[in-house]
Amino acid sequence: MPCVLLGDCSVGIFSHSSVSVPVKDKKLLEVKLGELPSWILMRDFSPSGILGAFQRGYYRYYNKYINVRKGSISGITMVLACYVLFNYCISYKHLKHERLRKYH
Amino acid sequence: MNENLFTPFTTPTLLELPVVVPIILFPTLLLPTSKYLINNRLITIQQKLVQLILKQMMVIHNTKGQTWSLMLMSLIIFIASTNFLGLLPYSFTATTQLSMNLAMAIPLWAGTVITGLRFKTKSSLAHFLPQGTPTPLIPALVIIETISLFIQPMALAVRLTANITAGHLLMHLIGSATLALLTISLLATSLTLVLLVMLTILEMAVALIQAYVFTLLVSLYLHDNT
Repeated sequence: MPCVLLGDCSVGIFSHSSVSVPVKDKKLLEVKLGELPSWILMRDFSPSGILGAFQRGYYRYYNKYINVRKGSISGITMVLACYVLFNYCISYKHLKHERLRKYH
Repeated sequence: MNENLFTPFTTPTLLELPVVVPIILFPTLLLPTSKYLINNRLITIQQKLVQLILKQMMVIHNTKGQTWSLMLMSLIIFIASTNFLGLLPYSFTATTQLSMNLAMAIPLWAGTVITGLRFKTKSSLAHFLPQGTPTPLIPALVIIETISLFIQPMALAVRLTANITAGHLLMHLIGSATLALLTISLLATSLTLVLLVMLTILEMAVALIQAYVFTLLVSLYLHDNT
């Protein structure tokens, strides 16, 4: 009977921070600094876990910038900029020798 | 100077692991697909471009030739996107490698020839002898036509490789010449800068044109043989 009278207020009483989320399921920004090593160790590093992480990351970017009604050029340009940076990192070893220095 | 001229064409490695395959597959990330009829702006633009190219390329073929549309469209989109991505700084262009172009050209050309030999044997063999040749010339001409047939895949591959490689090398050379002339004479620098800008525009056109030419020739070989 009291539950019916209270309505939604009863929900407010029970969703207290005494029922806390386990560390494994927290998002990165909600993990406290002391819990960080245990959070990293509890992540799923199996091949299917890594593949799932790539897939989630891809769809997160895709649904935010490309799959919108009026997508703009910035969605593609960000990808191309990352591609340029990636290639720079790969060829840094050869580019080191092309700097304008007196002694390499 | 000599060593670093050709380093953009070496296999890219990340911590001694060859990372060529992800780079070749990268254009697929930029070409989204959709299962809906009416899409968002980006996908609609891309689909309209593909339809434009499709109509332009496949209208000359008959029904049998049009079964090759998927292959030819994938080909032209792959080559064009790979060439365009190669114009970005520091990137590795897969079409500069002769191995890859040969791997694209030889199977496609062989497919057209074998299709022709299977279904229209007499007519495809008749291509070896042009009409109206005087009788004494026939043996020599058949040999020449055979050689010209077998050179087609080589020409396809080498044309694409040479054009893209030469363009990249030229841009590299003129760019470093501009930088070197900066301290010597400002007039020469601005002239070379203008040259570089025009060359970049040419390279963008070449990227597209080479893709088009490759696909067009394959489709012509197909047309002869269906």
